[in-house]
Amino acid sequence: MKNGTIITIENLARHYPVGGGRFTALSGVNLTFSRGEFTGIVGPSGSGKTTMLNIIGSLDTPSEGVTDVLGTTSKEMTPKVAATLRKKHIGFIFQTYNLMSVYTVYENVEFPLLLLKMSASERKKAVLDALEWVGLTDKIKSKPPQLSGGESQRVAIARAMVKRPELVLADEPTANLDAKNSHHILRTMEELNRELETTFIFATHDEKVIQYLRRIITLEDGRVVSDERVKQ
Amino acid sequence: MIAFKLAYRNLVGAGLRTFLIVFVLSVSYVLIIFMNGLYRGWEREGKFEMIRWEVGQGQYWQENYDPYDPVTLTDAHAPLPASFERATENGSAAAILVTQATVYPEGRMLGIMLKGISAGQEVLAIPTDLLIPKDNEIPAVIGTRFAQNANLAEGDHILVRWRDVNGTFDATELTISGIFNSSVPAVDNSQIWISLDRLQQMTGMPGEATILVIGEDAVLPAEVAGWEFQGHDVLFAELDQMIKTKSIGGSVFYLILLALALLAVFDTQVLSIFRRQREIGTYISMGMTRRQVVGLFTVEGAMHAVLALLLGAIYGIPLLLYVGSKGLGMPEGTDSFGMAAAQRIMPYYSLALVIGTVVLVIIATTIVSYMPSRKIAKMNPTEAIRGKIQ
Repeated sequence: MKNGTIITIENLARHYPVGGGRFTALSGVNLTFSRGEFTGIVGPSGSGKTTMLNIIGSLDTPSEGVTDVLGTTSKEMTPKVAATLRKKHIGFIFQTYNLMSVYTVYENVEFPLLLLKMSASERKKAVLDALEWVGLTDKIKSKPPQLSGGESQRVAIARAMVKRPELVLADEPTANLDAKNSHHILRTMEELNRELETTFIFATHDEKVIQYLRRIITLEDGRVVSDERVKQ
Repeated sequence: MIAFKLAYRNLVGAGLRTFLIVFVLSVSYVLIIFMNGLYRGWEREGKFEMIRWEVGQGQYWQENYDPYDPVTLTDAHAPLPASFERATENGSAAAILVTQATVYPEGRMLGIMLKGISAGQEVLAIPTDLLIPKDNEIPAVIGTRFAQNANLAEGDHILVRWRDVNGTFDATELTISGIFNSSVPAVDNSQIWISLDRLQQMTGMPGEATILVIGEDAVLPAEVAGWEFQGHDVLFAELDQMIKTKSIGGSVFYLILLALALLAVFDTQVLSIFRRQREIGTYISMGMTRRQVVGLFTVEGAMHAVLALLLGAIYGIPLLLYVGSKGLGMPEGTDSFGMAAAQRIMPYYSLALVIGTVVLVIIATTIVSYMPSRKIAKMNPTEAIRGKIQ
């Protein structure tokens, strides 16, 4: 792996059994990602964006090819190793926020730190910092059903960022948000990317997101059709 | 530890649903402990009363004696061996001679057991000091049940007819010198107690007896020719069997309640796993292994039992202690079971009963929580994150 490269993907393919045959979600993908990137994997629905994100996030495994994510290759990716990788180094942001509705905002953000077995005082500091980044310190006692869509996604960002992961994977993070909220959370993520040097990889087809990206990888039918760096 | 913390948060967050399940489970705890405590209390008091009134610290039966076969009574008597004589003389044992007889209260004919017991003995609680003869009367004591059946009162005279050792009928009049109140029907129902000497004389069986009841201080050989020792295991067998039967019958109530609570836990778990797929996927995305998520859901289900224990303790401990101190009145006719049963049963809650109940409920709840949770291990996390039903 080259200096600064945190993800390497070689000849990646992913097939799913469908009926008697198989559906190819990804095929012949070769990519590398460096630390601090703010990259989007774009393309129409069914192009393989989410599958790619899931494989990078070790939630799914390649059918063919090899991935190396933060020094762990797909060949050595046992469920336990994958869980440890996600727990320590990867944060996820989902289209539907996926917050725990019975937890308060504070508890939702605290959750990844509980898994890391951090002390209560460390957790408290980290959670308050994370909520400050996203501007939700006044909502720590609220529960997700009491929040707007934008606020919920900001909680999800805080939850993804609270452990200061090296990599954040965001799957259609603005799909359920209006333009104002979309820009707000994108600016937040951009700031975090610059301040903390966290690598962000988005799966999106939202133009609002695309205008913030510094690298755009376009997928069509599971293949990379373009990989452009954008000067901003 | 994390699993407990998270499980607690999830349960508290679930609100009313959690409370209802926890409440029903807590009632199960309290009922199981109460019902079993009641049976244990009955058993303890029944045995205590039987020791006081009937069985002492054990009995020697003349080898032909069979309490379930009255026909054997004709031959169930033998002279007391020397060691038995000594024990009765020093008060550490009481000899009883048993024969069948008939009484004629108010013109009716009633078959009874006429029992002779050493007058003044202190091994059993039967008031045998009332059997010491005065004037020319033959004093007899009876229990309240028989007194009621035969409509007899203290000072009444009653005609009794019996057969002597040769099979010859004879009859005389007894005077009721006392009526005792015992919770042991076996010393009361259709029984008349007179002094041993008098019955030996009436039956022509001098120095003979059917049963020797031993007291606490009795020192007697384990084996005596012609006599068989019956320990508490044999003498309490009927009571034990009756309590066991009643206990099984009674357990149906709380087992149904427990089953309902467990069904609710199972149902909640199935529903949780069905409805919370997105949450399960999110847990996995945040670094939990599927096994940990299975553990979390299992702990969450099992925690119902822990919360139920706390809730049950809040209202159950005062309730059980109150009933334990005041006792529980037995309904009229309980003694018609034919078993020793006090009018008030004092429930007895042993530590083993409480711990056993807690362990039973927690293990049962854990099992029914784990069973549906196993499904998580087969889930595809990427589908779960999207909330797709699997």
